[in-house]
Amino acid sequence: MELPLLHLALVGTPNSGKTSLFNALTGSRQKVANYPGVTVERKEGFFVTPLGRQVSVVDLPGTYSLRGRSPDEEITRDFVLGKASGEAVPDLVLCVADSTNLRLTIRLLLELKRTGRPMVLVLNMFDIAARRGITVDVDRLAKELGLPVVTSIAVRKGGTADLLKLTDEISAKLAAEAEANSWRALSVAELRATQREADRIIADCVSLPSRPDTWTARIDAVVLHPVGGLVVLALILFVMFQAVFAWAQPLMELLNSGFDMLGEFVHATLPAGLMQSFLQNGVISGVGSVIVFLPQIIIIFLFILLLEDFGYMARAAFLMDRIMGGAGLHGRAFIPLLSSFACAIPGIMATRVIDNKRDRLTTILIAPLMTCSARIPVYTLIISAFIPAKDVWGFINLQGLVMFGLYAAGIISALAVSFLIKFFMLRDYAPAPFMLELPDYKMPRLKSIVIGIYTRAKMFLVRAGTTIFSMMVLIWFLASFPQPPAGATEPAIDFSLAAIIGKALEPLLAPVGFNWQIAVALIPGMAAREVAVAALGTVYAIEGGKEAAEQIGQVLATKWSLATALSMLAWYIFAPQCASTLAVIRRETGSWTWMAVTFTYMLVLAYAASLLTYNVAVALGAG
Amino acid sequence: MTDTNDTRPHMPLGLAQRGYTGVIQQLSARQAGSALSDIELESRLIELGFVEGARVEVLHEGLVGRDPIAVRVDSITIAVRRREAMAIIVA
Ligand SMILES: Nc1nc2c(ncn2[C@@H]2O[C@H](COP(=O)(O)OP(=O)(O)OP(=O)(O)O)[C@@H](O)[C@H]2O)c(=O)[nH]1
Ligand SMILES: [Mg+2]
Repeated sequence: MELPLLHLALVGTPNSGKTSLFNALTGSRQKVANYPGVTVERKEGFFVTPLGRQVSVVDLPGTYSLRGRSPDEEITRDFVLGKASGEAVPDLVLCVADSTNLRLTIRLLLELKRTGRPMVLVLNMFDIAARRGITVDVDRLAKELGLPVVTSIAVRKGGTADLLKLTDEISAKLAAEAEANSWRALSVAELRATQREADRIIADCVSLPSRPDTWTARIDAVVLHPVGGLVVLALILFVMFQAVFAWAQPLMELLNSGFDMLGEFVHATLPAGLMQSFLQNGVISGVGSVIVFLPQIIIIFLFILLLEDFGYMARAAFLMDRIMGGAGLHGRAFIPLLSSFACAIPGIMATRVIDNKRDRLTTILIAPLMTCSARIPVYTLIISAFIPAKDVWGFINLQGLVMFGLYAAGIISALAVSFLIKFFMLRDYAPAPFMLELPDYKMPRLKSIVIGIYTRAKMFLVRAGTTIFSMMVLIWFLASFPQPPAGATEPAIDFSLAAIIGKALEPLLAPVGFNWQIAVALIPGMAAREVAVAALGTVYAIEGGKEAAEQIGQVLATKWSLATALSMLAWYIFAPQCASTLAVIRRETGSWTWMAVTFTYMLVLAYAASLLTYNVAVALGAG
Repeated sequence: MTDTNDTRPHMPLGLAQRGYTGVIQQLSARQAGSALSDIELESRLIELGFVEGARVEVLHEGLVGRDPIAVRVDSITIAVRRREAMAIIVA
């Protein structure tokens, strides 16, 4: 007889390796990083035990208790207590502990026992514990706790073998009648008592070494130095943006010439006509102009992934806490905001770790101001076309410096907006507490970095192939039809729908120095920011006539004034040009109003910033 | 872990300098003036391991107002603001 699916749940304190374990068991690639609060969603996966039992396992956000004080902790609480709608309570709870740091997990485990669910304690990161000389009397611990205890090394091949074996043993004799759930929120006295009990058990079963992790202490002496630490943080960000430019250049040129050759090949082999124009102008000039930015995207993710896996993120939050607090932000807002450099969507999701509703809302509202990776193509295109690639003071690349400036402008305006929100809306308001575990540093693992980059690169290419491609088809169509009447002397594109739409919008955008081609590019840019680059590529390629094999950057340098270029950069710091971000804001705040507020305030800021930039630039003679 | 030190004066951890080491004597959320309610603050501190008898050491301080502080509590390091650390009485 086929046994029913066995339901497991991974519960434990933050950063204990639950997601690593989930990935090891199910072969998934969920996000793992060395700071508390990475997982903010429930994720289900499946595997088969060595004895052939079908298992469903659910990864949950980390939590210190079942009180559920922030949205992510509520997810865990509701799942464990079986309150989540449409979910059965798990058959077996795997309580995952960081073996180097058992105090808080054992306390949580004593609390979890009251739910009456069958449970196993998984002593994860056992490799690190062994290296540090921590020894655990596993049998005694199991006896004291009254439940099975097993060690595991989630990140090593075969490191979960014992756990799998135990799962088989337990599932064979899992009692049908579950114990009653006697959990209720613990009083302060009960909390204290459980922590005392946990400390007693640990004193009995665990022998701690004399040497704590000296590497972490040594690195922190520099990285958390009151002044030195801030210098290091600034340096890291600075190197990151220099690298985005300097390292990516050769690869980008390679990709660029590849697409040029492809375009010429299509031009030469296909007969002139709609098919040729579609492939050359729509697909290759459009989608290709976005794909060339892959190296830059990879570099920025490489930096972020390395920092995350090393354990620097929590330190950065520590350093920035007071500075951000001055702008009315919660210290924990730092990590969501930093993730927003990659993309605002995971950044906004990550705000679930913020317990205070108003702090969370403020962070959500400003997250889209962080320069996400989709802006990189727009920034790079314009910077490469208009800013000379010379060195300042001999070693700083000017283009990289401008890029750094754009990122800084995003950060500063985010802080300013947050300050205004606090000042006008939430004035009578004491600062929320900041309490964050600073995990020990871990050597980033090559495999997880490679997987991380591969996933992001794939996502970018899939987007280029789907969203961006379909927008390009639309743009190409709008820019090609209707065809000009016979005998017309103006460029064909002037008769197209794109020109009609663009020119209708032009008066609105003329004060900020945008021409009709930009107006056309901004609309499909709503789907995704990079689309604007692709759209400009297509529109100018069609306008330039079939012979034009020029790169879009060179075209812009001749068609736009410097003032227009700068105005466009200013626009992109603020413009709410991403439908998916707006959708996530709507979902996470549960309100259309906040989505509309975000859209409006960003649009107003974008217009104002462009207006200012354009007029100042024109006044200075860059018109 | 309960080696209370009777000779040293009791003080809130929120006033401790970098390098300070001591043992937690009691939690007193009322003294903190935190945005959290007394019960909530005390619960959270306990959940992070700040219970009576735990050894603490102030490892690092921030730049502005020497805030926040990174505190070693037995085997882990926790960042807290001084305002909340005022609730932790050490000696
Ligand atoms: N050496 C070693 N590192 C591990 C092990 N398990 C996890 N890690 C590392 O520990 C860190 C945290 O792992 P995660 O799986 O993200 O932890 P989590 O419990 O899911 O964290 P949250 O989602 O924030 O609650 C990562 O840097 C992992 O690479 C292990 O068994 N050995
Ligand atoms: Mg996780």
